[in-house]
Amino acid sequence: MTPSSQNRSRGLVILSTSFVALWLLIAAVPFLWTLWGSFKVQGDFFSKSDWTYALYGVRTLAETGATFTGQGYHGAWIEQEFWRATLNTGIVVFFTVIISLTLGTLGGYALARSGYKYAFWILMAALVFRAMPHITLVSGYLLPFFEWNLWGHLPTTIIVLVAINQPFTLWMLHSFFLNIPKDMDESAMVDGCTRFQAFRHVIIPVMWPGVITTGLFSFLLAYNDFAVTAMLLSQENQTMVPKIASFLGTTQVEGNVMFAVAAVVSATAPLFALVMMFQRQIVSGLTAGAVKG
Amino acid sequence: MFLKQIALVGAVSALMASTAYAGCGLTSGSVRILSNDFPALHAVAAGAEACAGDGVEVTKNQTTEHKDLQVAALTSNPAQYTTAVVANSSIVPLMNDGLIRPLDDLVAKHGQGLQKSQLVTIDGKVMAIAFMANAQHLWVRDDILAKAGVSAPTTYEEVLSASQAIRDAGIMEYPFAMNTKSGWNLGEEFVNMYMGTGAEMFVPGTAQVAINNDHGVAALNMLKSLMEYSNPDFLTFDSNATQALWEGGELAIANMWGSRGGAVLDDEGSTEEVTSNTRLIAAPTWGNGSVPASTLWWDGFTISKNISDEDAEATFVAMMNGISTEMVQANNDKAVWLIDGYVPGRAAEGIAATATAGAAPYPMLPFMGALHTALGNELSDFLQGKESAEQALADVEAAYNAAAKEQGFLK
Amino acid sequence: MKHRTFLWFILPSLSAMVLFIALPIVSVFVQSLFVAHDQVLVVTENCGPFGCKQTTTVDQEATRALKEAAPLGKFNGFETYTNRGHLALAEVSQAWRSATGIGDFVSQVLNLPFYRAVAFTLSYTFVVTPFVILLGLAVALGVNSLPRAIKGPTIFVSLLPMIVTPLIGSLILFWMIDSRGLIGATLQIVFDDPDLSLKASPTLTWITLFVYGVWHSAPFSFIVFYAGLQTVPQDTLEAAMIDGATRWQRLRYVVVPYMTPLVTFITLMQLMDNFRVFEPIVGFSAQASATSLSYIIYNDLRGGDSQLFGSAAATSMLTILGVAVLLLPVLIRTWREFNRKPV
Repeated sequence: MTPSSQNRSRGLVILSTSFVALWLLIAAVPFLWTLWGSFKVQGDFFSKSDWTYALYGVRTLAETGATFTGQGYHGAWIEQEFWRATLNTGIVVFFTVIISLTLGTLGGYALARSGYKYAFWILMAALVFRAMPHITLVSGYLLPFFEWNLWGHLPTTIIVLVAINQPFTLWMLHSFFLNIPKDMDESAMVDGCTRFQAFRHVIIPVMWPGVITTGLFSFLLAYNDFAVTAMLLSQENQTMVPKIASFLGTTQVEGNVMFAVAAVVSATAPLFALVMMFQRQIVSGLTAGAVKG
Repeated sequence: MFLKQIALVGAVSALMASTAYAGCGLTSGSVRILSNDFPALHAVAAGAEACAGDGVEVTKNQTTEHKDLQVAALTSNPAQYTTAVVANSSIVPLMNDGLIRPLDDLVAKHGQGLQKSQLVTIDGKVMAIAFMANAQHLWVRDDILAKAGVSAPTTYEEVLSASQAIRDAGIMEYPFAMNTKSGWNLGEEFVNMYMGTGAEMFVPGTAQVAINNDHGVAALNMLKSLMEYSNPDFLTFDSNATQALWEGGELAIANMWGSRGGAVLDDEGSTEEVTSNTRLIAAPTWGNGSVPASTLWWDGFTISKNISDEDAEATFVAMMNGISTEMVQANNDKAVWLIDGYVPGRAAEGIAATATAGAAPYPMLPFMGALHTALGNELSDFLQGKESAEQALADVEAAYNAAAKEQGFLK
Repeated sequence: MKHRTFLWFILPSLSAMVLFIALPIVSVFVQSLFVAHDQVLVVTENCGPFGCKQTTTVDQEATRALKEAAPLGKFNGFETYTNRGHLALAEVSQAWRSATGIGDFVSQVLNLPFYRAVAFTLSYTFVVTPFVILLGLAVALGVNSLPRAIKGPTIFVSLLPMIVTPLIGSLILFWMIDSRGLIGATLQIVFDDPDLSLKASPTLTWITLFVYGVWHSAPFSFIVFYAGLQTVPQDTLEAAMIDGATRWQRLRYVVVPYMTPLVTFITLMQLMDNFRVFEPIVGFSAQASATSLSYIIYNDLRGGDSQLFGSAAATSMLTILGVAVLLLPVLIRTWREFNRKPV
């Protein structure tokens, strides 16, 4: 390469690296701020007088005798038993993701392999379904659920989340399966396999990247959902996000707001582990996905 | 009446003590509580939970979404909850759909400790038992008023002149605030202000709204004049925001909920300078009105209709235990209780003064909710200077009419 | 694929959607055609902690009789759709007749709740969507050229805006943009304007919401694009390099065409999600200056003590219709592609 082009690309590298650095700053600052502030008292973190209080912990020092305090975490995890909500979230998320993906894989595969008009119309209907505002759906569920004694239980919420999530899952997996060459499963069928056997022995082994990517989005939906879980779960079955909302309550009780902040920071930790674990698959997953479609 | 009731406190408290023994004398029944989510109600629910055991089951759901759940939850048969804790606005949907039962029998059997004023009666039938009171009223910082050389205001006109004096003295640019967040809060401020005129909000006996008049225009103009002295962010101020401003020492005069008194006056979240100089006083009057521009609120419990009589009785007894004198004594500063044994402190002064001055209760009308929502949505344009007061009131009336028609109150 | 096999594969997914989405949509639609019965009102004496008063209440007995006669309520046709809270046909034609000019007409129409919400919803959708796509692509290109070792943590940090629950995210951001908060105070210094407040002015509130929307959704398009970049065939890129293509030309003629299907996918999802914008409005207490269709629905269902199901149902149906119109170009494209597929 000529020196001039090397210079230019070095300039470009600097430019693109500083752009990424700027983006990371914008993406991370609110979270880092929260992480730092979760060890302060409310008077500092939500100070109306001076935002630098949150940095130095002026009121934290006055109220607790040190510039850092674990009160938020202690309150959330020990006093308010946040671990119960964590457990419930674990159950809801696990089953929502597993069921969503099972239904979505079967349906997405069928939609990708069928050339009949109705397959197109099912895809279109799924889009319309996705357009329906969740809040209207949830308000509609209430009366029948109360009437049939289905309200408040984890399985009900799981099924609702699965259903609400199906349109997105179907669309995404449908585009993944479009990119898996048809010849693969069809040649298996020529060899005497049924459609389902072909799916099981030929498609399942190669579909994981796409499924994991779709799973990430299902996971995030179930993990962060408030509209459904806040309305459909009873108090003992509360998941993390409604529990965090209840720390805030209608009147933000002094100190409880920091329970919410601490809980949010804690709730991010498993996501970090998860993204780190699956980042290779997320990337290679989409690689096989919609790109060639 | 209110003060007398508070003065009576010690005298009758001995009577109430009898309801608070373990198991509460129940042998069976299911108690299921639905309520809002704040400390005073946690204390009440904990008192009711003390009755669990010996075949009695007590469960609770304390959530900010209670208003959205209650109608559906009590419509099903049997109802999901045996009691819904309501305020004088949220009891209305339950009344409209006939979802709660008259409590006269239960009061006669188990309600000996109750005061007559705790009974919420509609057409002669007891429908709810009130146990807490609340109102919005003035909060003042005595030190700042003294520095500016003004006395504590008793009318909104005085609030304006006091705010101007504080501004002129260079102490604060925006010394005043009220809960004016667009939506429910703003609607409530207009209702308060309009109540100060003493005029009716509806044509009596009908669902015809009657605020599009000179009183309404004057009330809006007063709100706008007050907002000159409030931080320009005022359309985002809910009670959490104003409380934070107050605790941060950023305000000298404010119109805020009395229920926040306990939390502000305690030693957390604020400085000694702010808390020791904070005083809660009556809501002001304005114009030629003699009634404080505020509405009085109560919180109380109701009992579902669609449950067995046995559960209803168990629920009543458990809730009576929840609002016992022992509970009040242990949680004295968490609310302004209407219950015997309550010792009113500094935090209760504003509500008591407002009630004594003759403020009206928030109207418990079947169609009030529709008007409140319309007010909350349509008034922010006026306060932002985008339209006239007359146009804003016409918009409110049109929005209300559409909603009231849909609910069957107007033809 | 045979019809029968297809049915068995799609059945579980389809029945979940029919049961929990399609049936509710039908019932919502039916509900939007009805209004409540005429309530029979009576004046009675009500007493409480603050004294007694003659007030109006609903006559339970008389109203129950009406309810039992027709449980759905009073048939109202499409009148809920055309009333002031929705399409407001009467008000719009009134405005058309009385308006002094086109500007006056527009301002009168924007005074109506539905049109005001549509104005914000569309502005939000069409501002945020392209920015999300551009920002996502730019970040993906940047991250792709980083050394392998730091890619993993970079990806996690880039995902943070999407991960942190909006409930608390907006609470903290709302505090940060306060004129006393970190961002608000910094902006005041940057623009040298001590009165600058992001919460007070409608224009600044809109901009704040747009910026939040881009920030919140950029990670979604970033991760999809980043994955797409991994598949751009290296040999094509090298061939282009040998042919003397500049870095920009390679990006423009090799990389971007490869990304087109992804752009379609992201556009589809983003148009739909942005059209339903709701959380930031509540989170930033922005309803005085900006409302969206989803916000009106929320307000009908949760805004007050009584719920307006019919009104919320009508707005929901109009939202679905709006999404369908918005997605039409993408749908037509999908239809053409679908027709090329063999049975």
